[in-house]
Amino acid sequence: MKNIDFLMAGVGGQGTILASNILAEVGLQLGYDVKKAEVHGMAQRGGQVDSHIRWGEKVYSPLVEENNADYLIGFEMLEAARFPHFLKEKSLALVNDYRINPPLVNLGKANYPSKKEIEALLLERADKVLWVEGTGIAKDLGNPAMIGVVLLGALSNLVGGDKEAWLDVIGRMVPQKFVELNKKAFNAGREVSG
Amino acid sequence: MKKLMTGNEAFAYGAYLHGVRVAAAYPGTPSSEILANYANYPGVFAEWSPNEKVALDVAIGAAYAGTRAMSTLKHVGLNVAADSLFYAVYTGLKAGLVIVCADDPNMHSSQNEQDNRNYAKFAKCPMIEPSDSEEAKQFVGVALDMSEQFDTPVIVRSVTRLSHSSTPVNYTDEGPPPPPEEPPAYERDPQKFVMVPANARRRHPVVEERLKELAEFAETTPLNYIEPGSSKLGIVSAGVSYHYAREVFPDATFLKLCMVYPLPEKLIREFADQVEKIVVVEELDPFLEEHLKLMGIEVHGKDIFPILGEFSPSLVRSCAVKAGLIEAPPAPPELKSDLDRPMRPPMLCPGCGHRALFHVLREEGVLVTGDIGCYTLAFAPPLNAMHTTGCMGASIGVAHGIDKAGVKDDVVAVLGDSTFLHSGVHPVIDVLYNQGNTTTIISDNNATAMTGFQEHPGTGKTIQGHPAKVVDPEKLVRGIGYEKVDICDPYDIDKMEKILKDHLNSKEPSVIIARHPCVLSTREKHTPPEVDPEICINCGICLDIGCSPLVQEEDHVRIDTLLCNGCGLCVKVCPQEAIIER
Repeated sequence: MKNIDFLMAGVGGQGTILASNILAEVGLQLGYDVKKAEVHGMAQRGGQVDSHIRWGEKVYSPLVEENNADYLIGFEMLEAARFPHFLKEKSLALVNDYRINPPLVNLGKANYPSKKEIEALLLERADKVLWVEGTGIAKDLGNPAMIGVVLLGALSNLVGGDKEAWLDVIGRMVPQKFVELNKKAFNAGREVSG
Repeated sequence: MKKLMTGNEAFAYGAYLHGVRVAAAYPGTPSSEILANYANYPGVFAEWSPNEKVALDVAIGAAYAGTRAMSTLKHVGLNVAADSLFYAVYTGLKAGLVIVCADDPNMHSSQNEQDNRNYAKFAKCPMIEPSDSEEAKQFVGVALDMSEQFDTPVIVRSVTRLSHSSTPVNYTDEGPPPPPEEPPAYERDPQKFVMVPANARRRHPVVEERLKELAEFAETTPLNYIEPGSSKLGIVSAGVSYHYAREVFPDATFLKLCMVYPLPEKLIREFADQVEKIVVVEELDPFLEEHLKLMGIEVHGKDIFPILGEFSPSLVRSCAVKAGLIEAPPAPPELKSDLDRPMRPPMLCPGCGHRALFHVLREEGVLVTGDIGCYTLAFAPPLNAMHTTGCMGASIGVAHGIDKAGVKDDVVAVLGDSTFLHSGVHPVIDVLYNQGNTTTIISDNNATAMTGFQEHPGTGKTIQGHPAKVVDPEKLVRGIGYEKVDICDPYDIDKMEKILKDHLNSKEPSVIIARHPCVLSTREKHTPPEVDPEICINCGICLDIGCSPLVQEEDHVRIDTLLCNGCGLCVKVCPQEAIIER
């Protein structure tokens, strides 16, 4: 059983914490030892949120080590761009094609890097950057809060593991009345990377 | 069955499983979720107390009465509750008392990064430190047993990376032991529980003797153990740092200390005899390292690892490589790009009533002594409207002191409703009593918002959902003797400005309650206004209120309608009347 390290990065309010909880539970379901770390606190105020999720035979540290992540899952482009140093060579970045301006950019005092620049930065480590229209897909399905599940759908193809195991965890962890919608979001995500 | 739980969920589950029936706390990151989770278990009493000192007294009282009890707090919360910790160590208890205390290395959400292991030594109170959620669950039980065996409170130490990390926990459906059928009579024992000097002098030797017994216990408890490995390198570690060290030094011999005070000196010497070189891996202060040095053992620690901030496997590895303890692992090539990535600091939310208040304060140019809460974010650009913040409740005393020092500036103290009830009441008494004329502004959003919307004595509800009497800050300050008290919704910025000027010109001490409920809590939302690009001259004045939906484009400002809450503050501040309410 090989170790798989994931890093999720997003902005407070985007649903990264639910998505990281789902990803951790899937690992447990698939028989891995699992640890997960994140910092909340000020996240709700539109700050950065990053989660570390580790699957393995035996996991000690809840934090992923730099140069070691297998997957970077960015809920927002700039947030993804903060973490290339965590990626190992031949890793993969899965990034929601969506931009949320930080305050300094809104105030005209800083520039938001271009998508091309972000891609080039991530490709210094990653083999591939897979852009996902997560926000668009989730919105089309009727609920922009499902970005995380769309991204998990795309990720599930790459990581492997029984699709039903993923769907089972999603069914347990999202609010009951949104289960069917979330399963659609998951399948839509799978199509992106399929 | 295994279940993923955060450290905080596991502490709560452990408390429930091991028969804690009374628990009290004041919220504080990263400890808040312990009590919030505990409160949901059947058959328990949980309360948000006004502050940590009150909470600890409540837990001590329950333990005096023969009921297992818990108090939870963040590191600085123990500063507030320290007085109570110290007397409880002297008196001892009638049933187990566990204090779960969460430090915040790197200050993810704190004003300092004090290492509360020092409190264990200072207060002469045993401390144990779990390293993952399974241990968090178990150690609450261990602490309660120790507490009863040695007649002392026991501190269980957490850190942010334990409290907020999720790891698997063995989960059984077995509940806690059943409660006693009859309520017990309180056993009166004033010699033990009344700490007048004569009694306290009798208790101090008991405390010292107990520490010796605890040190003996530390030698044999399975909490502390040696993990065999290479004799070349011995690692001493505790808590979450142990896991980082395990990743970095897979071959070393380990001394894992789950009991960090008092320490097992014989076991430490036995370990020292087995290895050629000893390295202590511990975050923050050289607490273990200094103890080993006092024992005359040659040891490395803070000469290799930093005293500042939080550890990670990356940091432990790079320090170990630098010190020559391990070979550098193969690494991918250094990143070449130096892409500028603007930071994303936390901000007041769109629609937040605090913003309107601080807009008015900034326009008036007053010196603002601040406090701990969401509103502390007003110190940051572009609002730049808070000038001091130290700890809970400091705003009012500091304003009064500045005033008594005789500065020319107009000074106001600003603190939130929950913070006011935590530690703002005594300072408003002080201002009144000592002929101050400080204006205190309670920015009342009817929530403990920063830590996650916990109830407090002003919200009318307890943590367990029961209706409660509302402590009304207006009645409270009038009852204390304040005669000049006004209430205003800060979104009425003209009225707010008028009241502020009136209070600043007044010679008497006064209170303004700036009241607008937290919009995240109430889900208040209105239709976003629109910018008329023909009228907007792109002057940027609206941007100075620091509201994230306002975006400066090439030739005008735009409102991101997805983020906008429709509060209308930007409409009020636009000098061109280019932002139009819909």
